[in-house]
Amino acid sequence: MPTTDYLVSIGLEVHVQLKTQSKMFCSCPVRFGEAPNTLVCPICLGLPGALPKLNAGAIEMTVLAGQLLGCSTPEVVKWDRKNYFYADMPKNYQLSQYDLPLCLGGEVPLYELAYPKDAQKSIVHPGKVVRLTRIHLEEDVAKSTHHATYTLVDFNRSGTALMEIVSEPELESAEETVAYLNSLRQILVYSGVSDADMEKGQLRCDVNVSVRPKGQEKLGTKIELKNLNSISAVRRALNYEIDRQIGEVEAGRPIQQATWRWNDEVGQTEPMRSKEDAHDYRYFPEPDLLPVRTAPFVERARAIRPELPHEKVARFEASYQISHYDASVLAADRALADWFEQAVQGSTAPKKVANWVINNLLAELNARSIGIADCPVSPTTLAALVELVESGKVSNNQGKEIFALLFERPQDSPEVIAKELGFEPADSSEIEAIIDEVIASNAGPVAEVMGGNEKAANFLVGQVMKRSKGKANPKQVTEMILLRLRPS
Amino acid sequence: MDIRHIARLARIELNSEEILRYQTQIDQLIQYVEKLTELDLDDIHPTSHAVEIFDVMRPDEARDGALSLEEVLMNSPSVTQEQFRLPKVVE
Ligand SMILES: [Zn+2]
Repeated sequence: MPTTDYLVSIGLEVHVQLKTQSKMFCSCPVRFGEAPNTLVCPICLGLPGALPKLNAGAIEMTVLAGQLLGCSTPEVVKWDRKNYFYADMPKNYQLSQYDLPLCLGGEVPLYELAYPKDAQKSIVHPGKVVRLTRIHLEEDVAKSTHHATYTLVDFNRSGTALMEIVSEPELESAEETVAYLNSLRQILVYSGVSDADMEKGQLRCDVNVSVRPKGQEKLGTKIELKNLNSISAVRRALNYEIDRQIGEVEAGRPIQQATWRWNDEVGQTEPMRSKEDAHDYRYFPEPDLLPVRTAPFVERARAIRPELPHEKVARFEASYQISHYDASVLAADRALADWFEQAVQGSTAPKKVANWVINNLLAELNARSIGIADCPVSPTTLAALVELVESGKVSNNQGKEIFALLFERPQDSPEVIAKELGFEPADSSEIEAIIDEVIASNAGPVAEVMGGNEKAANFLVGQVMKRSKGKANPKQVTEMILLRLRPS
Repeated sequence: MDIRHIARLARIELNSEEILRYQTQIDQLIQYVEKLTELDLDDIHPTSHAVEIFDVMRPDEARDGALSLEEVLMNSPSVTQEQFRLPKVVE
């Protein structure tokens, strides 16, 4: 059977580090890049007899994330011990949540711009929404570094508040999975609960994937993929694994449930452990922590809930009459969206401001490899420049020249730079005189314009520009010529 | 309840004599607790704690740990680059 005769089901477990000040069960600071084992105490080292203390801030952030993702929250939640042996968890259990997690249900909308660029033109299910199973709040483990003959363990990360976001197996391709991760990331960053940077390990994911012939209702046997360290690795690993599984089924070899590891250097998946070693975690309630009533957290989260990316897109379209695509580009980054909204404040041409931000500002930032946070030009300066262009005082191309200079001299106003560059509009009586000359000496084109062919005016404008030595503003000249020649 | 499975999960090595002994003891314990199933518990909600206390939390405020690096690493069998050094852990 060809590949297209198979259905693919992908579900994700995404771990997200919360941006709290302190760890989940102790007051040790959460910071990156510190000397090893300097941000630790008996609790996060898992020393015998140390008692955990719940971080209310982490609960608040998780409930907020849940509200943004449309989850419900049980009235009472609790924590449980998940028992296993591993060097990064020396007390031999991880504090997690089993049957009463902070969030249940919920969903992640797959934003168009969250798909890989090359896949945005061929989205199979536009507007797709992926359901979540749950989100629970647990502790991160220590960081192990594996060397040739030994392993080193640093406990600075141990105990960091970690949300585990579990999706239903509703994703149907590697591209949808990329869109899911990017959309989820965008929402989490918007809410301020995490920076969710995969390269920094603030967002990590395990992927479950299975295939089955079309028409079969029961899901195929799933393989869990690990060691996916970037979004592009997730895409590569899934495309490889989907092909591999279909190949196995085609060859009549049934898939055995197991955990496989993505080897990014070689570009293939490799078996790690089979089902016989599957963990038996023997969850039981943590006796050292008391249950928490969630009503005050839910109430507070509702009060501080920020606007979501897709809600912002809809508002931008309605308030500023910009296209869905433009609104999506602006809303993709909350800081960029805020910058745009400052620039557009009091502007008479919000659509033009949007164009300048998307076409010129982003290109300039890109060229300089800086983010919007480091943009030297202020939103009000861009707004002033757009007004200058829109009022016809300088042409669009002249505006671009001014814009480029503004990056070197962000303190100067666009008007000052325009004057320096000699973009000041010539005295209009002078230009009127030039237009008179041009009309008198170009009977042919003049007749055409008078006959209704406005395009013929371009030639006349060119002549005026030439005689004014570029001092005139083409937009203004066009208007003046048409005013004189347009059939009434 | 398979004593060998539990022993393996707990990383405890048992000889055949111990397996017999503990299996008998565990079975007796479970039988004892199973007496509870003779009661009608339909209207009783499961509880994770015997006391009705909720919401014991701390605010999200960071404090540097009180341990010196020496104290942190004193239980480590071996130390390299200020980290706990272990035999290679194979994933
Ligand atoms: Zn600690």
